[in-house]
Amino acid sequence: MAKRRIGVFVCYCGNNIGGIVRVPEVVEYARCLPNVVYAEGSLYACSEEGLSSIKAKIAAYGLDRVVVASCTPRTHETLFRNACEEAGLNRYLFEFVNVREHCSWIHMRAPDEATEKAKSLIKMGVAKSYYLEPQEELESEVYPEALVIGGGVAGMTAALNLAQQGLKVHLIEREKELGGLLSQVNKLFPANRDVKEIFDPLAEGVKNHPLITIYLGSEVEGVEGFIGNFKVRITRVEGEIKVGTIIVATGGRELKPIGQYGYPTVANVLTQLELEGRLKEGIDGWQSVVMINCVGARVTGRFYCGRFCCLTAMKNAILIKEGNPQAKVYILLQDVMASGVEAERYYRRSMERGVRFIRYDPISPPQILGERQAEGVKVYHALIGREVILPAQMVVLTTPLVPQADNERLSKMLKVPLGSEGFFLEAHLKLRPIEFATDGIYLCGSARYPSDIAESVSQAYAASAKAAIPMRQGLVRVEAITAFSQERLCHGCGNCLRVCPFGAIELKGSERGGKVAWVNAAQCKGCGCCVAACPNGAMQQRSFSDQQLMAMIEALVEEVSSGP
Amino acid sequence: MALDDKPTILIFACNWCSYAGADLAGVSRLEMPPNCRVVRVMCSARVRPEFVIAALSRGLDGVVILGCHPGDCHYSEGNYYTWRRALLLKGFLEYVGIEPGRFQLRWISASEGARFAQTITEITDTIKALGPNGRRRPQEG
Repeated sequence: MAKRRIGVFVCYCGNNIGGIVRVPEVVEYARCLPNVVYAEGSLYACSEEGLSSIKAKIAAYGLDRVVVASCTPRTHETLFRNACEEAGLNRYLFEFVNVREHCSWIHMRAPDEATEKAKSLIKMGVAKSYYLEPQEELESEVYPEALVIGGGVAGMTAALNLAQQGLKVHLIEREKELGGLLSQVNKLFPANRDVKEIFDPLAEGVKNHPLITIYLGSEVEGVEGFIGNFKVRITRVEGEIKVGTIIVATGGRELKPIGQYGYPTVANVLTQLELEGRLKEGIDGWQSVVMINCVGARVTGRFYCGRFCCLTAMKNAILIKEGNPQAKVYILLQDVMASGVEAERYYRRSMERGVRFIRYDPISPPQILGERQAEGVKVYHALIGREVILPAQMVVLTTPLVPQADNERLSKMLKVPLGSEGFFLEAHLKLRPIEFATDGIYLCGSARYPSDIAESVSQAYAASAKAAIPMRQGLVRVEAITAFSQERLCHGCGNCLRVCPFGAIELKGSERGGKVAWVNAAQCKGCGCCVAACPNGAMQQRSFSDQQLMAMIEALVEEVSSGP
Repeated sequence: MALDDKPTILIFACNWCSYAGADLAGVSRLEMPPNCRVVRVMCSARVRPEFVIAALSRGLDGVVILGCHPGDCHYSEGNYYTWRRALLLKGFLEYVGIEPGRFQLRWISASEGARFAQTITEITDTIKALGPNGRRRPQEG
């Protein structure tokens, strides 16, 4: 067998891998694997320093295959492939081994086993890399239109931003009107300006833009395809819409705390959003109001903080005080989440206006007094060490935003993940915060987690700017993972073309006479179904060949046979 | 000897759903037994039945194919082929005298990190109960 010059780079990922897996031991192990001529540990393989080191070692050691053992190819493969390419190595002579998500993070209390497993995974990766071959990528066109799902502040901003760049946008909103949650809000923190001042120009801009098509009362019914060429079915629309990119801006909804604090049977117990509705109608003049924060947030089953509900409570408390400076307004809370310059200033302003803050213990939460009508709230006041009774003409429950009820359905259609709380999950919290790991799909606003308007707008700018990149370039490179038929082995049985979901395979006349399979690489999406269906091993998949996958199995079998 | 209670299990996971689900389990720091090795394929339908047979006939204790839930395949219908092949393969394994329980097919979506962890734990227990694969080559020394 031909010799190879394989280099192995094992990432510590700070403590993420290095804190559990004994990286130096793993590096030593990798160095002794067949055809490995160089191995090193890297504090952060994906850092500028880590990448330069890989490039330098490719040159210094004449590496012809590179294996990086670090995190997941779903987020970092492109980065390392680019590094290989920059060092003059074909980007497909790179193999990724996942020793973080699939090892250190799931075996945090078993460092010995995790170390052994990392070795084993690297052995398999090195075995596959031996058979990797250089590949050329095809280019595929990106249809220069975008789909934005959700017509709230995030979706409208994203749509307008794309349209202003000259790109056509399809904006879907399930309600009869644009606006999302924003349309139910009264005034906006921190200037307490009317929502209309922000909303009206934005909505007008969206409605009047010639490049934006709005579909009201519509929902996504089905999505097929890939970056550059998605086909989307929408309720109430005949046929399909063709788009190159998709932005998810479906927002969240206010938690209705059914069964807590008498909601909704006690008439004067409301949520903050319901209070905003009343304030909007011009109702004010309350004498006494008690707000209870963290209702349904930071509890078992919903552990997260709503992030801006403290400010919502402060805002409405200030507005009530402005309506009637004599009103007694109390906010019962566990902690104050008011970080940053404006929020802290706002917190102080609310105290200056006379809003009173009382800390409650979630173990003995406040109690509503009165049956059909709340008359007061009883709460244990920790500072004075006894229960106090607060008058309450109205009780307002501050609840967090929760995920939309049909996120699961949409996530399945788009094949993008949801986090454990049911919000959409980005590709990487820090490095790829407004896109999914699946190319061509982006997200912004409260679909991701509760986001206030400023955050939703900046995320929408980011998502639309990201989505514009492939649409502006007009082409994306397609991963070289397509199938190909080896003519000399093909008997022309046609199994492959019968299972191909994309009609990418044809039988063509061969020079030897008879028919052989031929794959149209531009149509092939690289599932590999035809490869498994081929009885003769004639059909193969680039970067996932039988030989490469069998080498991984062999490597593992060898380990079992030779014992620990 | 240590291998007796630590079966070696090979997992094929599709890139779009199950591999992402496994990643999510990692991101969520869900603990699970350390004896599984995940091999990424683009679609569960890429897994040639011969891979399963090769792995089991040469001593691995278990092989699992993980794919998208029926109806959710990134390639529309790949997992239906996987499903049919798996049914035939189970019968074949039995025919050649390999416990069919050593081969499993499960569906895990990109958002089911917890389900991934649970599946790995369950399957490890199932395969542990079957004992070591008798086809394992004797250890050297």
